[in-house]
Amino acid sequence: MSTVSASVSSGTGTNRPGARTALPVLSVSHLSKSFGGARALHDVSFKVLPGEVHGLLGKNGSGKSTLVKILAGFHAPDAGGTLEFNGEAVSLPLKPGDYRRLGMSFVHQNLGLVPSLTVLENLRLVQLTTARGGYINWGAERAAARAALARFDLAFDPDQRVDKLTPVERALLAIVRAFEEIEAARALTGKPGLVLLDEPTPFLPSEGVAKLFGLVRSIAALGSSVIFISHDIDEVMEITDHVTVLRDGEVAGELVTAEATRAQIVEMIVGRHIAPSVPRAVVADRPVFAEVRNLSGKLLDASDITIGRGEIVGLTGLIGSGYEEVPYLLFGARPCRSGDIQIAGEAKLPISGMTPRSAIDRGFALLPGDRQGASGVDSLPIVDNMFLPDVSRFFRGGLMQNRTMVREAHALGAAFEVRPNDPGLKLSALSGGNAQKVLIARWMNRSPTLLLLDEPTQGVDVGTREQIFAALRKAAADGMSVICASSDAEQLAEICDRVLVFAKGRICNEITGAGLSKDGIAEACYASVSLSGAAHTTSPASVAS
Amino acid sequence: MTDISKPAAVPATPINYTRLFERVALLIVWALLIGLFTLLLPRSFLNWGNFSIMFASYAPAALLALAIIVPLTAGDYDLSVGATLTLTASLIAVLNVWYHLPLGLVLVIALGVSVIIGLVHGLFIIYFRVPSLVVTLGTTSVMSGIVQWMTNSSTIGGIDKALINAVVGTRFLGIPLAFYYALVAAVIMWYVFDYTPLGRRLLFVGRGREVARLNGIAVNRVRLGALLMSAVLSACAGILYAGVLGSADPYSGLNYLLPAFAAAFLGATTLQPGRFNPWGAIVAVYFLATGITGLSMMGIPLWVTNVFNGGALVLAVTISQITRGREASDIG
Repeated sequence: MSTVSASVSSGTGTNRPGARTALPVLSVSHLSKSFGGARALHDVSFKVLPGEVHGLLGKNGSGKSTLVKILAGFHAPDAGGTLEFNGEAVSLPLKPGDYRRLGMSFVHQNLGLVPSLTVLENLRLVQLTTARGGYINWGAERAAARAALARFDLAFDPDQRVDKLTPVERALLAIVRAFEEIEAARALTGKPGLVLLDEPTPFLPSEGVAKLFGLVRSIAALGSSVIFISHDIDEVMEITDHVTVLRDGEVAGELVTAEATRAQIVEMIVGRHIAPSVPRAVVADRPVFAEVRNLSGKLLDASDITIGRGEIVGLTGLIGSGYEEVPYLLFGARPCRSGDIQIAGEAKLPISGMTPRSAIDRGFALLPGDRQGASGVDSLPIVDNMFLPDVSRFFRGGLMQNRTMVREAHALGAAFEVRPNDPGLKLSALSGGNAQKVLIARWMNRSPTLLLLDEPTQGVDVGTREQIFAALRKAAADGMSVICASSDAEQLAEICDRVLVFAKGRICNEITGAGLSKDGIAEACYASVSLSGAAHTTSPASVAS
Repeated sequence: MTDISKPAAVPATPINYTRLFERVALLIVWALLIGLFTLLLPRSFLNWGNFSIMFASYAPAALLALAIIVPLTAGDYDLSVGATLTLTASLIAVLNVWYHLPLGLVLVIALGVSVIIGLVHGLFIIYFRVPSLVVTLGTTSVMSGIVQWMTNSSTIGGIDKALINAVVGTRFLGIPLAFYYALVAAVIMWYVFDYTPLGRRLLFVGRGREVARLNGIAVNRVRLGALLMSAVLSACAGILYAGVLGSADPYSGLNYLLPAFAAAFLGATTLQPGRFNPWGAIVAVYFLATGITGLSMMGIPLWVTNVFNGGALVLAVTISQITRGREASDIG
């Protein structure tokens, strides 16, 4: 699968002679930006050529977001930098919305869709809100929406509400909309446009990423350019022609992707060498922590999962396979149709009776995938976010011991290397990776018996990932059991003792030992598609102990 | 618990003067306003008698503002506080004056009715998931209708002197007790908001309901508690109102709704900017009261009152937003 896409990628690339001298679509020179005393960008220059997919890489806090926000017209850069679009100097600072006129469009991680509106309303948002003649020709709009979707073989109903779409469908919809926008500008100027994808993939399973890359390649093949921002090095290597790496606000280097190695890129991003993780020894006779039987949710269908004490169990599968429900079901956070859990040495319990409160009291912890919506509150201080489940602990002598709380938050922040470690700051003041450290610290500080994770490292930079993994391994070595639902095969291969692959709500494969590699897991996910018909008969057998 | 980090290890955050100014801006503006009226009305404005009357007569509004910020912090609107105030004040008058029930019993009944109002709100808002704005707008109208029926749309005078004595008849430092009741409520609320786990839960329920739920907070119970609290506090405001007037007027209570809301939001721009906070609400109520008292003493027509209330609210929230630059608003 991956080899096929790689060959397509080199076909649409711009490594052919002559292309290097083409007039750049976007040319950024000597751009700097400071916030107060803090330097976010310093003397950044890079070019994006027509028809190329250009990777923009860097850790959280390296200046990527600042650069994006300057292009989007949210921030004014410091004096001295210049910006050219298709050879024409653009006056800085850009005003919000200027990018649209130039032929640029953005797809941010949150996609910018309105969930309560329909596919049609989202796709034609600009046209509908600026309809000429003061009325909306719904028939024409619907036809245009259908045509835009059909161009990329996307079969959604234009009248479907966006909140009913899967995450992949939403990402595709957002990219199609961005493409439509630059095509509209291109119709006027005749010049190539630029789509900027700001981490569109972390929510997506590999199948979705493949679809998305197909879309990106068609856009590049049509002569427009794409800036692709991602933390996933393999994705970057697969889809990009050039990469620019930012580190500490400066350009750390520029590479032709085809000539670069993974290690080279990672080192350029991190600025230090990360040793590849050492595969852990398989523990043969692990005592059982808990047995889950007959667990069913919305998609999940009568699955049995056994978790060993101190074991890290990964759950994965393609979208719609139901694996991502498991952490929420076990925590009592979503209604379950059936299922029991038996913790070693305790009575069997129906999971339907579980609530988040009783799960917490039982020593369970859940780190949801939706960091801002379900895990932490951005507008409240770090300290309150950190100790949310156990505020009562700080209530002594009839008063909240606010100072003790801040002191402990500071110590905990130091232990988890939260930067900046100021517990009084709002959570929103932290980068994604640091915010995730705060939320992981919240749960790890309670020494849970079972830690339930859903996509624990999405939007988290490489260095922070390693810190989070190290913390998980250490806690697991001390006897904490972990269930980690993730679509990131690389992450699962790195931290898990065992990975369960789901298809159509059932477990269809169990990977341990030598098979536990990124490719092995990805392969199993794809194999699950063809196997899923047989899954109903094979799953109980393959799981039994 | 851990001794690893001594207090010194926590880095001292440099003082942010913009934020400090934001905290005290309303207090400064209040002082300027008092100064301005003192200049304009040199003999009559700045005297203790004038202020003590103002402190007492706006005590019901202060309680109402405090009532509103409880559900607002938990993420729900309660527009019915003005109607609840009117309903309880009228109920006291009807039962006490027309049916001759003893005052103590009447007050218990009034508070009991407010509990029922809170439970009804909870039923529709939490159980049936109807938006709080809709439910409390509806119950406002329902309660206003009931008040008209109950009182035959007439003002009922002659409420037991004991209530009047307890609210405005007795003074401490020259100010009627009504003011101190509002202060006691603010102290209790300050304690609950800032110094109890319940206060944190309330805040998280309002800012991130799903986050709160997944951290084991009984979200529905907290929201119900907030709605009950606002109904009971509104009833207390109704009791003060009946005591301040010595009678019950079926219409004027609703006039408190807008200033109370204005004060709740205005108060959220001061002392603890970005949070609904009880002292901010108290300061805001008396800031508005000062403006209105001064204007009416200058003989400015009544309609200016409404303009002042609304203008002060929008202006204050706007200034607070400008000082924060493009940072998103925390309120609401």
